[in-house]
Amino acid sequence: VLLALTLLVCSLAVIASGASGQRVAELPWTEGRHAVAILGTCVFMALALERFGYRLTIFVALLGLLVLLERKRWFVAAGFALGFALATFYLFNTLLRVPLPLGPFRF
Amino acid sequence: MVETLQNLSSGFATALSPAVLLYAFVGCVVGTLVGLLPGVGPLAGISLLLPATFGLSATNAIVLLAGIYYGAMYGGSTTSILMRIPGEAASVMTCIDGYAMTQKGRAGAALALSAVGSYVAGTVSVVGLMLLAPPLAEFALRFGPPENFALLVLGLLVLAYMSGGSMAKALAMAALGLLLGMVGIDTMSGFFRFHYGIVELGDGIGVVPTAVGLFGISEILLSAGKTTKTEIRTPRLRELMPSREEWRDSRGAIARGTVLGFLIGIIPGPGHVISSFVSYALERRLSKHPERFGHGAVEGVAGPEAANNSATSGAFVPMLALGLPSGAIPAIMLAAMMIHGISPGPLLIQQQPQLFWGFIASMYVGNVVLLILNLPFVGIFVNLLRIPYSFLYPSILAFATLGVYAVNNSVVDVWIMAATGLLGYVLRKFDFEIAPIVLGLVLAPMMELSFRQSLAMSAGHYGIFVTRPIAAVMLGIGLVLLLLGLRPFFAGAWGGRAANDRAPAPRQQEEESRR
Repeated sequence: VLLALTLLVCSLAVIASGASGQRVAELPWTEGRHAVAILGTCVFMALALERFGYRLTIFVALLGLLVLLERKRWFVAAGFALGFALATFYLFNTLLRVPLPLGPFRF
Repeated sequence: MVETLQNLSSGFATALSPAVLLYAFVGCVVGTLVGLLPGVGPLAGISLLLPATFGLSATNAIVLLAGIYYGAMYGGSTTSILMRIPGEAASVMTCIDGYAMTQKGRAGAALALSAVGSYVAGTVSVVGLMLLAPPLAEFALRFGPPENFALLVLGLLVLAYMSGGSMAKALAMAALGLLLGMVGIDTMSGFFRFHYGIVELGDGIGVVPTAVGLFGISEILLSAGKTTKTEIRTPRLRELMPSREEWRDSRGAIARGTVLGFLIGIIPGPGHVISSFVSYALERRLSKHPERFGHGAVEGVAGPEAANNSATSGAFVPMLALGLPSGAIPAIMLAAMMIHGISPGPLLIQQQPQLFWGFIASMYVGNVVLLILNLPFVGIFVNLLRIPYSFLYPSILAFATLGVYAVNNSVVDVWIMAATGLLGYVLRKFDFEIAPIVLGLVLAPMMELSFRQSLAMSAGHYGIFVTRPIAAVMLGIGLVLLLLGLRPFFAGAWGGRAANDRAPAPRQQEEESRR
């Protein structure tokens, strides 16, 4: 209750002093499209990680970001995504013994 | 004194063991990279790499993380001097005269003086840490639960006061962090609170996914989509030697920066950032030729660089002696210690002498490693800046997900990372300081425990916090800071729109460092 009251009082103070601040509409949101796509990728990874396994999830996530968002050529993006997924899996799961989820076909 | 030297020699025995030496080296290399790459600050770097330390011993983990922290201070100066891009906020001041020296063809000298200043400050301030932390811890052994509670409250208030923006915003963020810290099983009654049916929240909201989300993911969200093309210049080895005049001019600045940085670093707040600003202002004020500042004055490079490195050692004093983190980075390191089963607090030095003295000695070793890394190998590191950000940020995102998942093998942590990433992005857009959230989250269990133990001691009377002298003094100081911090708000409410005039310095620094 004490913490909730502190938060409430501070929030009211922020609102009261907010009139002199910058308006929401004036804030630049130029990175908005990228931000939505990146957050979408985070949501995808949270949903897919234990269903499809680490390697497949990371491969698809990186491929999606590089091809759809960064407009990289698909074979460059696929090579990078595959290399990253396999290399990090080998480093963490095999060498450092950090258990990472395996998807269908134990991939 | 003899005892201190004996402890230090045993610390060197630990620090010079191959494993600790290796982790100090890895930490320094990673820290230099983290400092170099714009968009990956020391906070995001440490948060992202924290899960990788879980398989290590506590000493190795702390040595690695500390290496990243002070390594980033060295690395940040390189891009500031060569390209006018501060790798992290503490290097903003180095850009001004460092880049001016580069334009005059003195890039090598600027890099050398910055590295030597950082080395001297890093080494000397470790002596301060070594001499100050044990007696402070001994004094803090007199503290009971009310004093501990008052100390934690004071720490949060000082951080909010020093944060540079609105104190109401900083306090709101600290309260939010404390509220998040209430989630999970109550340690005194065993009651499972605020879980909303999610069993994985039994241990509370994790510090790692929250820190990775708030600092790492929000940074990616803010900087993604921005393309910067910069010319990369690498000085030759023979150009690194400063002239006799440059050495002479920088000596005093390094000495003053060292003392100033250490003292500011002890105070809760972004000490490494504030100290570099104060050092620059001080050098300009003391200079006989202030007009040279902004046009390549060596004091403007050596002073702030010494100050920000010294502040990192200063920040470890309250963390190691009192278990009180002075900012978000020490808070994450404190969380790392807790993950490794080490209870932070005044008893740490007595109970874990190997960790404490090994850590101190590793900082001496780490500073030598960094001096070597940042001078002859500067060209190799600078070339890493050629990696396009469009490939870098997806890799960081994937690595963050891996790290966060690996903590508990739980997807809930990945969801927390995504949610706090969004929260951090929105809050930073609206000029809120996010460091108090992490600090609140880390301190919440300790604060709640000492608060409830105090009330148990006094049979529920709140007067215990003002009748015990040490607690009363600390809370009194906190109250004064609160009133001072909220003064612009009252002035605005009563006397027009003078409120919110406190400079939004950290935001400007962040914007500049992202550019």
